[in-house]
Amino acid sequence: MSVLVNKDSKIIVQGFTGSEGTFHASQMIEYGTNIVGGVTPGKGGQTHLEKPVFNTVLEAVNEVGADTTIIFVPPAFAADAIMEAADAGIKVIITITEGIPVADMIIASNYIKNKNCRLIGPNCPGVITPEEAKVGIMPGFVFKKGKVGIVSKSGTLTYEAADQVVKQGLGITTAIGIGGDPIIGTTTKEAVELLINDPETEAVVMIGEIGGQLEADAANWYKSSGSNKPVVGFIAGETAPAGRTMGHAGAIVGGSDDTAQAKKKIMRSCGIHVVDSPAEIGKKIAEVLA
Amino acid sequence: MNLHEYQGKEILSSFGVRIQRGIVAQNANEAVAAAKQLTSETGTTWHVIKAQVHAGGRGKGGGVKLAKNLKEVEELAGQIIGMNLITPQTSAEGKKVHQVLIAEDVYYPGESETSEFYMSVLLNRATGRNMIMYSTEGGMDIETVAEETPDLIFTEEIDPTVGLMPFQARRVAFNLGLSGLAFKEMTKFVSALYTAYVKSDSSLFEINPVLKTSDDKIMAVDAKVTIDDNALYRHKNYVDLRDVREESAIEVEAGELGLNYVDLDGNVGCMVNGAGLAMATMDLIKQAGGEPANFLDVGGTADAARVEAAFKIILKDPAVKAILINIFGGIVRCDRVAQGVIDAYKNMGNINVPIIVRLQGTNADIAKQLIDNSGLDVMSATEFQEAADKVQQVLG
Repeated sequence: MSVLVNKDSKIIVQGFTGSEGTFHASQMIEYGTNIVGGVTPGKGGQTHLEKPVFNTVLEAVNEVGADTTIIFVPPAFAADAIMEAADAGIKVIITITEGIPVADMIIASNYIKNKNCRLIGPNCPGVITPEEAKVGIMPGFVFKKGKVGIVSKSGTLTYEAADQVVKQGLGITTAIGIGGDPIIGTTTKEAVELLINDPETEAVVMIGEIGGQLEADAANWYKSSGSNKPVVGFIAGETAPAGRTMGHAGAIVGGSDDTAQAKKKIMRSCGIHVVDSPAEIGKKIAEVLA
Repeated sequence: MNLHEYQGKEILSSFGVRIQRGIVAQNANEAVAAAKQLTSETGTTWHVIKAQVHAGGRGKGGGVKLAKNLKEVEELAGQIIGMNLITPQTSAEGKKVHQVLIAEDVYYPGESETSEFYMSVLLNRATGRNMIMYSTEGGMDIETVAEETPDLIFTEEIDPTVGLMPFQARRVAFNLGLSGLAFKEMTKFVSALYTAYVKSDSSLFEINPVLKTSDDKIMAVDAKVTIDDNALYRHKNYVDLRDVREESAIEVEAGELGLNYVDLDGNVGCMVNGAGLAMATMDLIKQAGGEPANFLDVGGTADAARVEAAFKIILKDPAVKAILINIFGGIVRCDRVAQGVIDAYKNMGNINVPIIVRLQGTNADIAKQLIDNSGLDVMSATEFQEAADKVQQVLG
């Protein structure tokens, strides 16, 4: 078992023939990911990286049974690509694109609410289930198969955490990069819940950062779930200056849960094993699994 | 992108939001001309001189003054322009004032009392929807209101499929205790404000205060407007509104070099790929007994040119006693980054602070050899903790 993506996922790439799409699609194929085709409007009927290109997502669903997509479409068109995928019946929509206008994401996230799909990202490194499917831009070799699930807002910090876990002789069930934008499809809580409910996952690493309340929500859910699977947490940005990225009125909504200190406090009170140093994630996971 | 009050008000006004009228002036002479023009257009005899800087709490620092005649306009504008305005939101040195807004006096006496409200429009991250947040307690620091009297803060969340509904605009006016003409004016004000927010692709509007005048008009007396940078591509006319004088010079320079850089007060510089890892690296520096001197995300391509640019930016800060480079090589290969560091170091020639390079991921071993054999005064590390220990070591 694993979550979100596995060897049977039928994956398409939106923005397939662009430079980003081409580069990462070939990396994913090399990893062994089951890429069944791609979508670039106007290039339908062509073959790219030995896979069929479709004009629309719906065609890809009908003709090759696509159920998962990874989006590399430029920011101005990315929200539309997300909605197209949801409309076509894609179940897992992984959006790598960084820099989508917030107004576009408000519309897209509202549009997909009543569709039977899950959005991961945007502005995320993607999802990887080692030895089965790499649906993202992460370096595949860092992630060895095992029993630890990872949830993270950031790209390179996810690789760092995975590397530390692997160096403890452990491995990863699925690593989920949920993205660092203000509006993301899958929250920390939802990703942690998926992993806690996965029979193969025995422990979870949860990496957050300053801003918003996602980690506090996840921590509260974890406590109320009564799960006995250990969670190790880290929040980046203890030394980040206040008010640099958040608007004045925004700080009021986030309230006291916004800072790294406050988030860590809530996580500790909910039974999460919080580390203050990012160098101790791997050590802590080995300790709680020992 | 943050805007000045006068720029924000121009945007509001372009969408039919009533504003306190004003004219921006760069010097005392322009201020007097602006005051004369406002008098002829609005009949106002008093004027408010308002410093235009990107910081709240301007009144508390002496950046907002009432002038009762043209002589006072000239004097006060002359005092405020050029001053270093210190407010609760600026650093201790304050912010230099380059221009003032000469605004009409809107607190004139009349049939009813004036009252001040607070209103902002922003994203509710928890629901992924915009909301209007408002309060009867205008003119005050809203965080104080939230702490002391949270029941006086109201919100209206907007359904994106239909936008702000008339019943919501009415509820705002009711909750603010308005009736008669003022009630009607408020519903119009709120609707226009929300339209302006959406059409301008803003990520924050904060109007504090919203004023009910003595003749029951509703208007924005101040405006804090932040435009979503990611949406600027579809608002070419807003691009020129950026005032780089309001930003840190070194951050502007770093931005021009394509580096995401935030200047901080510490003694250990850092250069990292990825924002999350960059924040974690700052935290690690602190754990090792130092203080981060900056946040710097070099992005996906850490080649010699980029590393050199980053070195130059970091070394402009005389407080920097060491530099930690932390790169997790995924798609970017560590040996290429290492070569970039070596080339940049040789090109610079005069780096006199210790450098610790931690490269992990693709080809990390080759990278370490390259660094160790370079003959340069650069320490290499592969593990995160090892990097922290070396920082501690060089700080003594």
